[in-house]
Amino acid sequence: MRAVHYLNQFFAGLGGEEAAETPPTRLEGAVGPGRGLDGTLEGIEIVATLACGDDYFAEHEEEALGRLLELAGAERPGLVVAGPAFGSGRYGYACARFSRLVSERLGIPALAAMHGENPGVAVAEGKVPIVPTAVNVVGMRDALPRMAQLAAALASGRELGPPAEEGYLPRGFRRNRLAEQPGAERAIDLLLAKLDGDARSEVDGGFDRVPPPLPVPDLSRARLALVTEAGCVPQGNPDRLPAIRAQGWLRYSLAGERSLAAGRYESVHGGFDVTLANEDPNRLVPLDTVRALEEAGRVGRIHDVFYTTTGNGTPVAASTRFGSEIAAELREAGVEAVLLSGT
Amino acid sequence: MLAKEIERAGLPTVFVTSLPTIATMIGANRIVRGPAITHPFGVDETERRGIVERALEMLETPVEPLTVWEVEAG
Repeated sequence: MRAVHYLNQFFAGLGGEEAAETPPTRLEGAVGPGRGLDGTLEGIEIVATLACGDDYFAEHEEEALGRLLELAGAERPGLVVAGPAFGSGRYGYACARFSRLVSERLGIPALAAMHGENPGVAVAEGKVPIVPTAVNVVGMRDALPRMAQLAAALASGRELGPPAEEGYLPRGFRRNRLAEQPGAERAIDLLLAKLDGDARSEVDGGFDRVPPPLPVPDLSRARLALVTEAGCVPQGNPDRLPAIRAQGWLRYSLAGERSLAAGRYESVHGGFDVTLANEDPNRLVPLDTVRALEEAGRVGRIHDVFYTTTGNGTPVAASTRFGSEIAAELREAGVEAVLLSGT
Repeated sequence: MLAKEIERAGLPTVFVTSLPTIATMIGANRIVRGPAITHPFGVDETERRGIVERALEMLETPVEPLTVWEVEAG
């Protein structure tokens, strides 16, 4: 089977940063790391290497992709491989975009390889499998055989198994499979393994980490905003915040409000019993207390709007978006600290 | 998730919740344990004042990632 390999200017031997503006170029056969890869590929031969400068790709993406797709198609490959890009963001981005488009537009199976936190991974959006690598070129010897393994799997035409088995990063898909053992038995096995110090899981997934922001030096001079995911809204829910699977968030003015009075505010959150909250909404959003502290000078200023949504059955992607949208407004308004309530 | 995204924008944020385990799993950094799901800020104003003061204190304190504070009783 014929394969095409994508490399950036550096790995293709065209030069370092000074060659980062190199437009898409075809090189004969396998080049650089491609030689190592080619050696381990059985029944697959890298017939051409496509190289492009990282900056050229970033600055002329449409032209670069157009030309690369042209060059790739001309080789009539059964497989395209991009990278390994390791931690290099521009290179990983290019690998992800190119391999994805080769797959989507030309229908040629493609894979890429890069570090799990390379921005290229997010850009691929799970459309092509990505082999995880170390963050820098030290991981080259380890990456190539694993890329060859995934290449062979793709070349065989069979459906890919789960990420852990085939050696690629989770893409966010869930497929149903019939397990040999019932769930109860598998759960006990996992528990016994965990007691033995081996923590395994059948479900993938994780969350990235954000370092804690520096503390507020002096709250008595700071603007504090109230945000809630407890579904607190004006009585009657005028803007129809959903009880579950909220598609967005809302903001309401706190001007002149010293407390969230019962009967004027309520919670529409469908995930818990709102009786206590509706008797006194301050139990969810403590306006009465923070106002008193504002008057006492403990807090400089309570921000004049509060933000609300329902944190019930909200997909991670949605709540991530809500958070960054709200954060943008808060920053714009000069808010320096946030009190967030959840249930 | 809201806490983490607001923190990502650089704003110190304290998350009051009765489920700190979930909050640390997701990656919030300043967490105060609230007394209950139905009323994270307590039932009466005295209890509420204690929780809010603890939260404000946390906003003014440098913390390690994924830190959970309890509210002292009394």
